Amino acid sequence: MKSCCSDDGPEKPTIQNTLDRREFLKRAAILSASGIVMLSGHAWAAKIAGDSASRKRLVVIFMRGAVDGLNVVVPHGEPYYYEARPTIAIGRSGPGVLNLDGHFGMHPALAPMMPLWQDGNLAFVHACGSPDPSRSHFDAQEYMESGTPGVRTTSDGWMNRLLAVLPGNHDSTEAVSLGPTLPRILSGRMPVANVPTGRGANNPMPTDRPRIEFNFDRMYAGNDALSVAYREGQAARKKLLADVAADMKVADAGAPQPYGFSDDTARLAQLIKRDPSIRIAFMALGGWDTHVNQGAANGQLANHLRPLAEGVASLAKNLGPAWGDTVVITMSEFGRTVHENGNAGTDHGHGNVMWVAGGNVRGRRVYTRWPGLSQSELYQGRDLAVTTDFRAVIAAILERHMGLNRAAIGRVFPGFSNSGNDMDTIVA
Amino acid sequence: MVSAAEIPTELRAVHVLNRLAFGPRPGDVARVNAMGVERYIQQQLSPTSIAISASLTDRVAQMETLRMTPPELFIKYGRPEAERKGEKPDPEARKEARRRAHIIIQEAVSARLMRAIEGPRQLQEMMVDFWFNHFNVFADKGLGHLWVGSYEQQAIRPHALGRFRDLLEATAKHPAMLFYLDNWQNTAPNSPGVRGKFEGLNENYARELMELHTLGVNGGYSQQDVITLARILTGWGIQKPRRRNPARMARAGGGRNFNGFSGLGALGGFPGMGAFRAFGMRPFNSTPRRAMQNPGEGPDEYGFYFDPSRHDFSDKVFLERQIKGSGAAEVEQALDILAHSPATARHISYQLAQFFVADNPPEALVQRMASRFSSSDGNIRSVLATLFQSREFWDRRYFGAKFKTPQQYIISATRASGVEVLNYRVLAGNAARLGMPFYGCQTPDGYKNTQEAWLNPDAMMIRLSLATALGGGHLPLDRPPPDDAMGGRVTRVSLRKFDRPGGSMGPLDSSALRTTLGNNFSSHTLDTIEAAPPDLRAALMLGSPEFMRR
Repeated sequence: MKSCCSDDGPEKPTIQNTLDRREFLKRAAILSASGIVMLSGHAWAAKIAGDSASRKRLVVIFMRGAVDGLNVVVPHGEPYYYEARPTIAIGRSGPGVLNLDGHFGMHPALAPMMPLWQDGNLAFVHACGSPDPSRSHFDAQEYMESGTPGVRTTSDGWMNRLLAVLPGNHDSTEAVSLGPTLPRILSGRMPVANVPTGRGANNPMPTDRPRIEFNFDRMYAGNDALSVAYREGQAARKKLLADVAADMKVADAGAPQPYGFSDDTARLAQLIKRDPSIRIAFMALGGWDTHVNQGAANGQLANHLRPLAEGVASLAKNLGPAWGDTVVITMSEFGRTVHENGNAGTDHGHGNVMWVAGGNVRGRRVYTRWPGLSQSELYQGRDLAVTTDFRAVIAAILERHMGLNRAAIGRVFPGFSNSGNDMDTIVA
Repeated sequence: MVSAAEIPTELRAVHVLNRLAFGPRPGDVARVNAMGVERYIQQQLSPTSIAISASLTDRVAQMETLRMTPPELFIKYGRPEAERKGEKPDPEARKEARRRAHIIIQEAVSARLMRAIEGPRQLQEMMVDFWFNHFNVFADKGLGHLWVGSYEQQAIRPHALGRFRDLLEATAKHPAMLFYLDNWQNTAPNSPGVRGKFEGLNENYARELMELHTLGVNGGYSQQDVITLARILTGWGIQKPRRRNPARMARAGGGRNFNGFSGLGALGGFPGMGAFRAFGMRPFNSTPRRAMQNPGEGPDEYGFYFDPSRHDFSDKVFLERQIKGSGAAEVEQALDILAHSPATARHISYQLAQFFVADNPPEALVQRMASRFSSSDGNIRSVLATLFQSREFWDRRYFGAKFKTPQQYIISATRASGVEVLNYRVLAGNAARLGMPFYGCQTPDGYKNTQEAWLNPDAMMIRLSLATALGGGHLPLDRPPPDDAMGGRVTRVSLRKFDRPGGSMGPLDSSALRTTLGNNFSSHTLDTIEAAPPDLRAALMLGSPEFMRR
C-alpha cells in the first residue's frame, strides 16, 4: 500500500508502482478464489503450514508514551536507584520487586509473566534503545518504527520491509495489526490487514452481504490506494474473522463482559492459529507517559503494566504449540529520567528495557551491558545510557529466529551495522 | 514549473465546500455558484457576518455545561460534595459523580456535531477541528473529562480565526491544558511554595509548547531550552485555595482538604477547586474575558492562577534571549518569543497547508503563508486568505487530494444526506469505531489529517458499512437516543451492528444526493452506481472514492 503515503495527485508510473501492480495481480488471483479458500479454510491452511521456517512468527507490542523501564525491570541491586527515586522506587520488600538475578527484578505487576521467566521463555534487554537522542515522543516513535534513527526521509516501516524479505511467495496477507488504524511501523508497499479490537469486533457488517459486496467490488476494482485497501479489508474479514467470530460467540454467549488487552491478545492468538500465513503481528498500548503520580508497586504504572503482563501471558497460553514458533518483542520509544521529578513522576529520558518472550527464547536472563546509575554514568547527566541498539536485538531475532541472512537484515535496517553485539544468543 | 491547470469552473463550488466546509448540504452547491466562490470565501473568513438560525442557537444554548467555567464544572461535576467537604471517599458516590459528569462530554460532542453538520459558519468549524488537534487535550485523562467542552468553547473557538498569540495564551491558561500537560504541578525546587507533590520541575508542557504548539520539532531549541522554559513556567497553574474567606469556601462546597494534596491520582480530586467562587452564568458566545489577557493578577474566572511562591525568579536565557526573573511576565515574554519566531510561522503554515491543500503541501505555498504569518503578527484570517487565493489551492492536481478523516467523513455524509439528526451518539460511536473518538486523542499531537493515518483495510469496511446504513435509511439518526444513553462514554469504542432496525427513513433519494454532491463522480463510479439496484445507489455514492476525499 505504498500509495497510502502518496498524496499529490495522480500517481506517476514508477518502479515502485509497477511492483505494486505485479504484487496486486498475484494477490488478486488468490482473492478471486477466496470463495474456495473460505469453504476449505483449514485444508488450505494445513497445506501452507508444512514448512517449518515459514511457521516462524514475530509479534511486536509497542508501549506508546515511553514506559519507565527502570521501574519495569528494576536495578534493585543499585543504591543509586533508590537515591534517585525517594517516592516512586520499587522496594526490595513488601509488595516489592520480583527478584530475577540478584541485581534486577520485575515490577510486581508483572507477576503474571513470572511463569514465563521461570520456564526460560522470557528475557529482558536492559539499557536498550535508539541511538538517536530525541526526547520527543513523536520523533522517537517515528525512528523506532521506520527503523532508521536520525533519518527522516524513510517512507516505510521496518516491519513492512521485513515482510518483503521473508522467504515465500507472499501470496496472501502475512501481517496483521490490531486496532482501528495502521501504524507507521507497518506502512509500506507490502499488504497488511488490520482487524478491529474490542467487544463486538466480529459483528456482521453490511459489506459482508453479497448484494452489497458485489457492487463495492465493482467500484473498488482498480489499483489505487482505496481499492487495494478495500480488497485487503474484504479479505481480512473473510479470512481472519469468519472462524474467530464463531468461537467468540460461544465464549461470551452474548453476555457483556469486561473487555481488555488480554482479550485482544487472545484474539490475536486465534488469528495466528487459524491462519498460518500470518507471519508478523503488531499491537500498541498507550498510557505510559507518567510525568505525574507514577506510583510505585501500586498506582498508575502498575495499573498499566498488569494488563500488559496478562496479555503476554495469555498470548503464550493461547498460542499453544505455536508459542514455540513465536517471538514477542515489547518495546517503547525511550526511557524516562533516572531521578523522579517534582511531581512523583518521571520526565522523558533515554535508555529503556526491551522484553523478549517466546518458546524458543533463551530466557531467564537479563541481557545488558549495564552502564550504571551513578551521576557520572548517566547519559547527559540525567538518563540511563543506551548500550544496546534496539535494532541489534531485532536483528538477532530476525537472523536466529526468522532465518534471515545478513543481506536481508540489511534491507530491514538499512545503514545499521550489526557487528559486535552480544545478542546472538537471545534465541536458540 | 509549468503553469498548472486550474480546477474547472463547474467543480469550484464543490471544491470550496469540501475544503472550507465539511462538504455540501442539499442546495449548497447551487447557492455557492449563485453567490460566487470568492464571495463565499470572504464570508467564511468573517464568520460573525453569517447569521446562525434561531433553532441552532437555541439547541446549542441548551448545552448548559458549555457555558460553565472550569471551576463551576468542578464544583458541579467533580468529586462528590461530601468528599470535598472532607468526608471519607465513598467509591459508590465517586462512581455516581463520574456517571453524572458524562453529560459534559456528551454535550460537547453534540454541540460540535450540531455546529459542524448544520452550522453556516463552516470555516470556523473546520478551524475548531484544526486548532483543537493542534492544541490537543484528552478527555480521559483525569479531570480532562470535566473541561474539554469548556476548553473548546472558551479557549479555542473565540480565537479560531483570530490572532495566534491570543490563541496560544488562551490555551496556555486553560485548566484543561494546564492539567493535561501537567504544568499545574510544575514547581521551582526549593521555592517557598514547595509542598506535597509540588516540589519540582515538570518539563511536559514546556516541551510540547515548543515541539507541537509553536516552533516545531526542528525549530531550533535544545534540551536546555526545554528546562529553561519549564523553569519560566513554574507556578503557572490552576487556582489554589483562598484561605481568607471561609464563608465563600463553604458556600462553594470545599475548603477542608485543599491543603492535603495526597491522593490526587489521575482520577483524583482537585486541590482548592472547592474555593472557586461560584460565578453566575455568562451569556453564550460572549467574548473571552479580559482576565485572560491580564496575567499574574490573581485567579481568572476560568481557574488559571499564577502562584509566585512556586516560581523560579532567577534570570534566565531562553532561546538565546535574556529573560529577567519577574514572575508571570516571564511566561508572557516567552510566549511572545515563541509566537513571533519564524520557526513558528513556518510550522503553523505547513500544518494549515497540509490541512487545506495536500498531505505534502507545496513548499512555495508554505513559504508565502509563513511570510504572511510573520508580517500580519500571526493573523490567522490573513494567512488563510493568502492560502485560499493561492494558485496551489486552485491547482487541479490537488482537487480531492485530501482523504477525509473519520470525523470529516461522518460529518460530510450526514450533511449530504440532509437528515435532521436527533441522535448524535450514533455518529460519535462510529467515529470511535474508526479510531477517532471525539475528545479521545490520548497524545498531545492530536489527530492527524493525512491519508497515511486513516486509510486502512478495516476503515474502508467500516466506512462502506456506514455509507450503506445511511444511504439505506437504517442509521437511527432521526430518533433520540434511549434514556439510558447518558451512561455511556462516547470516547470509548462502541461496536454495534449497523443494520439494526432503527431509523424510520427510507433509502435516500439518489438523484437528489447526486445533485447535492455536485455530480462529482468519475465515469467508472457513475457506471457502477447506474448498474446497481436503485435502493443501493445512495449508499454507493456515499461510499464512492470521490466521497472519501475532499
